Amino acid sequence: MYRYDEFDATVVAERVAQFRGQVARRLSGDLTEDQFKPLRLMNGLYLQLHAYMLRVAIPYGTLSSKQMRALAEAARKYDKGYGHFTTRQNIQYNWPALVDVPDLLDDLAKVEMHAIQTSGNCIRNVTSDQYAGATEGEVEDPRIWCEVIRQWSTFHPEFSYLPRKFKIAVTASDHDRAAVKVHDIGLRLYKNDEGETGFEVLVGGGLGRTPYVGQTIREFLPKEHLLSYLEAILRVYNLQGRRDNMYKARIKILLNAKGAEDFAALVEKEWAAMNAKEIDLPADEIARIRDYFAPPAFETLPETSADLEKTRKEDKEFDRWARMNTHAHRAPGYAIVNISLKPIGGIPGDASDAQMDAVADIAERYSFDEIRVTHEQNLVLPHVKKDDLYTVYKALGAADLATANIGLVSDIIACPGLDYCSLANTRSIPIAQRISERFADLGVQEDIGELKIKISGCINACGHHHVGHIGILGVDKKGEEFYQITLGGSGAEDASIGEIAGRGLSSGEVVDAVEKLVAYYRKNRQPDERFLDAYRRLGAEKFKEALYAAA
Amino acid sequence: MPLLKLQGDRLTPAIEEAKNEVSLEDWRSDRASHADATALVISNDADVTDLGGDVSGFSTIILEFPAFKDGRAYSQARLLRDRVGYTGEIRARGDVLRDQLLFMVRCGVDAFEFPAPDAEAAETALGEFSFVYQTSADGAAPVWKRRLDRAAAA
Repeated sequence: MYRYDEFDATVVAERVAQFRGQVARRLSGDLTEDQFKPLRLMNGLYLQLHAYMLRVAIPYGTLSSKQMRALAEAARKYDKGYGHFTTRQNIQYNWPALVDVPDLLDDLAKVEMHAIQTSGNCIRNVTSDQYAGATEGEVEDPRIWCEVIRQWSTFHPEFSYLPRKFKIAVTASDHDRAAVKVHDIGLRLYKNDEGETGFEVLVGGGLGRTPYVGQTIREFLPKEHLLSYLEAILRVYNLQGRRDNMYKARIKILLNAKGAEDFAALVEKEWAAMNAKEIDLPADEIARIRDYFAPPAFETLPETSADLEKTRKEDKEFDRWARMNTHAHRAPGYAIVNISLKPIGGIPGDASDAQMDAVADIAERYSFDEIRVTHEQNLVLPHVKKDDLYTVYKALGAADLATANIGLVSDIIACPGLDYCSLANTRSIPIAQRISERFADLGVQEDIGELKIKISGCINACGHHHVGHIGILGVDKKGEEFYQITLGGSGAEDASIGEIAGRGLSSGEVVDAVEKLVAYYRKNRQPDERFLDAYRRLGAEKFKEALYAAA
Repeated sequence: MPLLKLQGDRLTPAIEEAKNEVSLEDWRSDRASHADATALVISNDADVTDLGGDVSGFSTIILEFPAFKDGRAYSQARLLRDRVGYTGEIRARGDVLRDQLLFMVRCGVDAFEFPAPDAEAAETALGEFSFVYQTSADGAAPVWKRRLDRAAAA
């Protein structure tokens, strides 16, 4: 993975010093909260319902064991012993004291981490495929380009006061695990018919109040021109994006107002006029960054592991875990291991300091010192030998991290909701917990198969309900919590925005509603048909009937 | 409003010389009667690549930051320097905060209407970062160029 050189390290250290000064000015009263707000918001510090919340960047979701231990230490030292992994592959601490935040950032800077641009109307942490560099069929490691973007976007002088926040995701795989179609810019790296590598550039995807699937504005961008092309998009947006209404300020609104074709023409015109040579990285610098993402030294192993086959036969629970939580690896004899942060009845995405330490230890021994964070709020050990899977499973189990539910009904994305967030209308976490408990039986979950439930506690859609196979949106109705169900959404390569099923449900009805939908699906599905595919085949009406039929 | 000017790599308080200002709209509609104007005021929704005439005669172009969150003029400054080739003074007016001065300088702004009590603090604002990652209108060498130079020297 990428390592800082003295330039990177200096910039981060100077940022902490600068922020320490800003916090001191706030604490001494030189700055009012109003004046401090734009400064802290450039550094991931939010004032939430009960306390400050600090969001720490995990660039493209990649961590070393040392970094994970530092996150655990921060949870112990500055929080209540846990951290919350987010849908942007970051981590949030919900209880730091303002006076401690500079020290926390100092501790993180020592392991090459920071909170730069984790909030504010700027280019946020770039996200990517959690299986990058490990999965089969990748054109190249998308994180090379994420790191290129990270550096270019860090304190970009022109694009730090955009109309609104700006999110970029990169994938290099046919199966989109990075949700590139619902980002402000989605980049899909692929090889064209001439054998050249470049990006399909999608713009204007997003969730929130006005969900859109992104549109392709360029079929093929030679990869070496990535930064100048991004600069052209951002300049058009910075100059022309709406600023009169924060709910209409994202680039998706601009793109859809102009139409994708006209928007693309503006970008192409700007790109043609700029001096791209000064902006695009030279080949030597791309090669320097690329070297950091060279694959680790995999052993030459047979594709199958006799040990693994044997233990899977002997231990049925392990067999289930191996089936649900591991994924094919590019190197023979290796597997990608998913670590669920969705224990039955737990808080999606939360991990204790002890759990983070456990993951760090396991990764150091069994996964080339690497850990990933997924946008579905889980963790990944990208490179585990099949021979080691049973040992890893046992070690994860000892830390309560071996729930075999990846992609299943209890693997729920939920926003923090009214338990933490100052914007929320309703709670999200308790709904996730109750659904998870209702479907506690892992055998039943496996039989239901892939089913993505996503819960947002308000219309800002941080829980991605629009792209849930079943989405749940919390709304406030005269002081009471109500939940609206959406159906048929997807954030993957088959992206679509879910449709509202009908009247809102009370908190007491929601779990029953999910159960009814699942029951209808199980009764009417075809062999190997996912919930989403059954919904698309059978149509919304059938599912609505099932949902609202009198009990 | 007191004025800060970029001198080398520092911001220093400057005596404001009287400017005869004209808005872009007025200038465009009747250039002859504004022949003695020395400063052109451009609102932040104007297209600076289409100003309708040669602006090199103005000693100052004033860009507006109506609220610190409104960052359009960063792009305008950049385009005035890089695209239009304007070499006179570019002055920032409006909600200009200490913590934004570096970004503005990097985009090509070299004078600031800035509240007097903060002028001292502002002098240090440009020195908080030793390196930058991207090419901009200030001509500062980005980190990738420094890396290449270092590799070439090794």
